[in-house]
Amino acid sequence: MVRTYALLAWTWTRAAMAYRASFALMVVLGVCVTATDVAVILVIFSHTTALAGFTRDEVLFLYGAAGLPFALCDLLVSNVDRVSQHIRAGTLDTMLVRPVGTWIQLAADRFAPTRAGRVLQAAAVLGYALAVLDLDAGRLWMVPVMLATGTVIFAAIWTLGGAAQFLLTDAPEVINSFTYGGGQLTQYPLSVYGRDLVRGVTYVLPLAFVNWQPALYVLDRDDPFGTPGFVRFLGPVAAAVLALLAGLAWRQGIRHYRSTGS
Amino acid sequence: MIETERAGRAFKVRGSVVHAVRDLSFRIEPGEFVGCLGPNGAGKSTTIKMLCGILTPTSGRVRVAGLDPSRARTALARRIGVVFGQRTTLWWDLPLRDSFELVRLLYKVDRKLFAARLDELTEALDLGGFARTPVRQLSLGQRMRGDLAAALLHDPEVLVLDEPTIGLDVVSKAGIRSFLLRVNAERGTTVLLTTHDLGDVERLCRRVLLIDHGRLAFDGSVGDLMATAPGPATIEEVVTRLYTRGRAAPPPVEPV
Repeated sequence: MVRTYALLAWTWTRAAMAYRASFALMVVLGVCVTATDVAVILVIFSHTTALAGFTRDEVLFLYGAAGLPFALCDLLVSNVDRVSQHIRAGTLDTMLVRPVGTWIQLAADRFAPTRAGRVLQAAAVLGYALAVLDLDAGRLWMVPVMLATGTVIFAAIWTLGGAAQFLLTDAPEVINSFTYGGGQLTQYPLSVYGRDLVRGVTYVLPLAFVNWQPALYVLDRDDPFGTPGFVRFLGPVAAAVLALLAGLAWRQGIRHYRSTGS
Repeated sequence: MIETERAGRAFKVRGSVVHAVRDLSFRIEPGEFVGCLGPNGAGKSTTIKMLCGILTPTSGRVRVAGLDPSRARTALARRIGVVFGQRTTLWWDLPLRDSFELVRLLYKVDRKLFAARLDELTEALDLGGFARTPVRQLSLGQRMRGDLAAALLHDPEVLVLDEPTIGLDVVSKAGIRSFLLRVNAERGTTVLLTTHDLGDVERLCRRVLLIDHGRLAFDGSVGDLMATAPGPATIEEVVTRLYTRGRAAPPPVEPV
């Protein structure tokens, strides 16, 4: 699977490299656009010392912890949300007759290496936050767990979005509110949002486990919404359940695929 | 090699159920060269897509090379070659050669076998002149030859072609036809093609399946097909008669 993905991704990278100037410009632009997110955080903290009880560096930690898995998925799997385009163009048929999983082919299709700029930017922010925050070394093991959990959750959401398009061929944009919306939502401490929204992203679409719950553990904080302590550790379970659901939905989508008329 | 047993595919269209294919039963032995005919919308493409595993049958059973296509789709993909005349299976933005290289890696074809096979196909399909051209810049005839080569690089047992000669000029058509005959004769590849071009049927197919309203309306040799006419007739007349059975025939066009 990894080999196939790397192969396809490399092929697209070479195709993209054919236009070197455009390639370089896209990488720089990608970094600039996401850098404005950080600028916003810095501007907020030039007016206040705390945001919903969190310091500037803690917010940057939350930002990096969500931004890195999000950017990774945006780079590696977000292309699965183009299912409906492939259905309408009939190109999904050609993927289905190849001896390789459809999901892998879709994820690698038109692989855009320029999105790697955002991965680097998020990693830099996370690295900075980890360096300046005085964190309990005994809690740092949660950081890689959190990043893996976040990556699985975002990948699963994109997959669910792709699977939904087998049914809703005409509404691919609805999916963006969950994927890119989720990416935006997790940039800030969830305590800035209303209680019902936070309940939704904890128990329904488990975005709270991308960074919020595990980060509360790393930062040694109580949940302002009062969830019990064991919830901090539920991230991997939530990610596994969501990934399983996404896998099943994807299979159903393929089995109920209707193809085009010719 | 290919076997369907009361295979059917229904679609829900705005609340009502449309049977694109129903109760389709036929058997194709290894090495056969079979043409699938039928008016537009008769269910030919749906049948082909069920055989490739793209569409899951809603009733009945389909077997290709001993496999259930929709359940063992990726395993089957290694053993069949598929060409869609209306769309390419090549990578649009890549040079033809790179597409072939990707095919080699995706199908896990041994490097030596691949090189020999590619030489053979390059010669037989005269691909040398445009191997470095991106697929999007190829003419339809060139693209079709590229698609055929890509579908045969892994030496499949079955070759399935959905309208492989659509839109091609006389010379390109002749080239593709003689190539297909050669593949069938030399490698014993089972070939199933759909077409609207009766020239394909006359020159290529030893057996004809005629699908109409999603059902098998005729299954036999080209000779048997011609014999369905009450008197001497051209293949166009024979097929028009079969397509319009139970319907009003279109008025004949007066020559100018």
